[in-house]
Amino acid sequence: MALLEIRDLDVHYGAIHALQGIALTVAAGQIVTLIGANGAGKSTTLRTISGLRRPTAGTLVFDGQSLVGKPPHEIVRLGIAHAPEGRGIFANFTVAENLEIGAYARHDKAGIAADRERVLTLFPRLRERLQQSAATLSGGEQQMLAIARAVLARPRLLLLDEPSLGLAPQVVQTIFQIIREINAAGTTILLVEQNAHMALQTAHYGYVLEVGRIVMHAPANELERSDEVRRAYLGVA
Amino acid sequence: MGSVFPGLRCAPPGAAIWRPLRGLGRGLGALAVCPSYVPVTKLVQTLLDGLAVGGLYALIALGYTMVYGILKFINFAHSDIFVLGAWISWVFAVRVLGVPDSAGATAPGWTGPLVFLVAMTACGTAGFLIERFAYKPLRNAPRLNVLITAIGVSLLLQNTGQLRVFFGPYPKSMPLLVPDVTLGYLAGVRVPLVDVIVLGTVVVLMLGLEGLIFRTKLGRGMRAVSFNTSLAALMGVNVSAVISFTFVLGSALAAAAGFLFVMKYPAGLKQPADTSWMMLGLKAFVAAVVGGIGNVRGAMLGGMLIGLLEFFGVAYFEPLYRDVYVFSLLILVLLFRPTGLLGRATVEKV
Ligand SMILES: Nc1ncnc2c1ncn2[C@@H]1O[C@H](COP(=O)(O)OP(=O)(O)O)[C@@H](O)[C@H]1O
Ligand SMILES: [Mg+2]
Repeated sequence: MALLEIRDLDVHYGAIHALQGIALTVAAGQIVTLIGANGAGKSTTLRTISGLRRPTAGTLVFDGQSLVGKPPHEIVRLGIAHAPEGRGIFANFTVAENLEIGAYARHDKAGIAADRERVLTLFPRLRERLQQSAATLSGGEQQMLAIARAVLARPRLLLLDEPSLGLAPQVVQTIFQIIREINAAGTTILLVEQNAHMALQTAHYGYVLEVGRIVMHAPANELERSDEVRRAYLGVA
Repeated sequence: MGSVFPGLRCAPPGAAIWRPLRGLGRGLGALAVCPSYVPVTKLVQTLLDGLAVGGLYALIALGYTMVYGILKFINFAHSDIFVLGAWISWVFAVRVLGVPDSAGATAPGWTGPLVFLVAMTACGTAGFLIERFAYKPLRNAPRLNVLITAIGVSLLLQNTGQLRVFFGPYPKSMPLLVPDVTLGYLAGVRVPLVDVIVLGTVVVLMLGLEGLIFRTKLGRGMRAVSFNTSLAALMGVNVSAVISFTFVLGSALAAAAGFLFVMKYPAGLKQPADTSWMMLGLKAFVAAVVGGIGNVRGAMLGGMLIGLLEFFGVAYFEPLYRDVYVFSLLILVLLFRPTGLLGRATVEKV
């Protein structure tokens, strides 16, 4: 069953035609990855889903409801959380405050407390730094905080934009492990990555984006074996 | 140039004789003429006035700084909301409640708080409407368009006030909504009820605002929007609502300042387009910049500093340079700490 269904999506930045007729389906319970080179339009896709960008044409349907024209704060309440590229943590907040604002749209105090415990168990390093200013965290810790914060929204669909960006290989392993755990606990994930190798190993299904168009999509293990993907994205000659 | 502040209440009689002795000598000269005028009295008096007026600057500065913090835009019409608060207080008290505005007339005790609330509500509503109809349509327009619009809003507010059906084109005298009673003497300085009310209200409003911004969910939303609008939206913060609320809040605080100002200086109630208002608004803006524009605690600190500096300068140095002190501080801060006293250079860790 499709949790998110995107059809014929066009997005412009002024004269730049950033997305050209994108079609993409995210099945409930899966990890779907969107891979592609820098500038392909991956972040634009996520920004359009979460309402930061308005499409010029096309449809986005989440769990039977159209997302087109809805402001971001309403889309969050429908159950979509977006951990943006570059982490986007609130540097003027403490780690604890960053987590709390992740649950801004929720009112179930007990549920929030339980989820907070859950993410602090997933990311023990955040627990040690709760009262610290978020600006003092390392890059890896900031990424953990960004994911933890998005999980606190208790989303049905989690949008992750390049969670491995700029992180040491070991930290990347940890992050992807946690992404699998979050998915195993029932959250559907749309994962945007330039690290195609990690992304395809983690995801169930994959889409390849090239300058605003989907050029290929298939189950992740098939994509990983395809010659084109191996050549263009996995660095295999 | 006529001052909007009717001067220090304990100004030494005959100080004019000592005109040749300017600067530091002035204080000593005053002492010689006015036997009761002991230094500690003067100090306390100056402190009291400086804090009260500084508090009013701070209340106005908060509106400048909150809107800047969220929209990165200087709302030049903000000081006209302060003026609106002042003249709405008069219009409501005199025209609606029928309190006589003759000198020395007093009103029943409940009128003060009622007028205060009406002024805050009226200005809060005005702030909401201005944001909704003047600024919101320009959310994605070039900065210059918004600035020009703000000047338009400012002119609209001033000239609406000049209409006879509202305030009219002449100065008025504010009826004493706070009875002119003396609460006691502090080091020889008379402490009138109105001063305690002004300072007390300023402190209560500031503590309330501090609590709102740093201890409530809405306040966290405001701080999030001020850090990064789209990031805040991704957290589920309704950015439009936060912006509206910020305008309402800032305008209500400016209204409080307008009301308190005419309580403390009933004779300072000039017509809405009078230039004396502009100087007050400008000093409040300086307070916001000195404290660090965008920083709420900075606005509070900046307002108090500007008020104290102004009154100490006037009392201990040269009264004619009243504005010079304020703007010199602005220049110094801009030269040596351009982000303001509490402002931080926003360097984001990537
Ligand atoms: N704010 C913007 N203004 C103008 N062009 C943009 C903006 N953001 C992205 N673009 C353009 O849209 C295209 C897709 O960008 P983006 O979605 O960020 O790609 P990716 O995330 O795949 O690296 C690029 O050509 C980029 O230059
Ligand atoms: Mg990107």
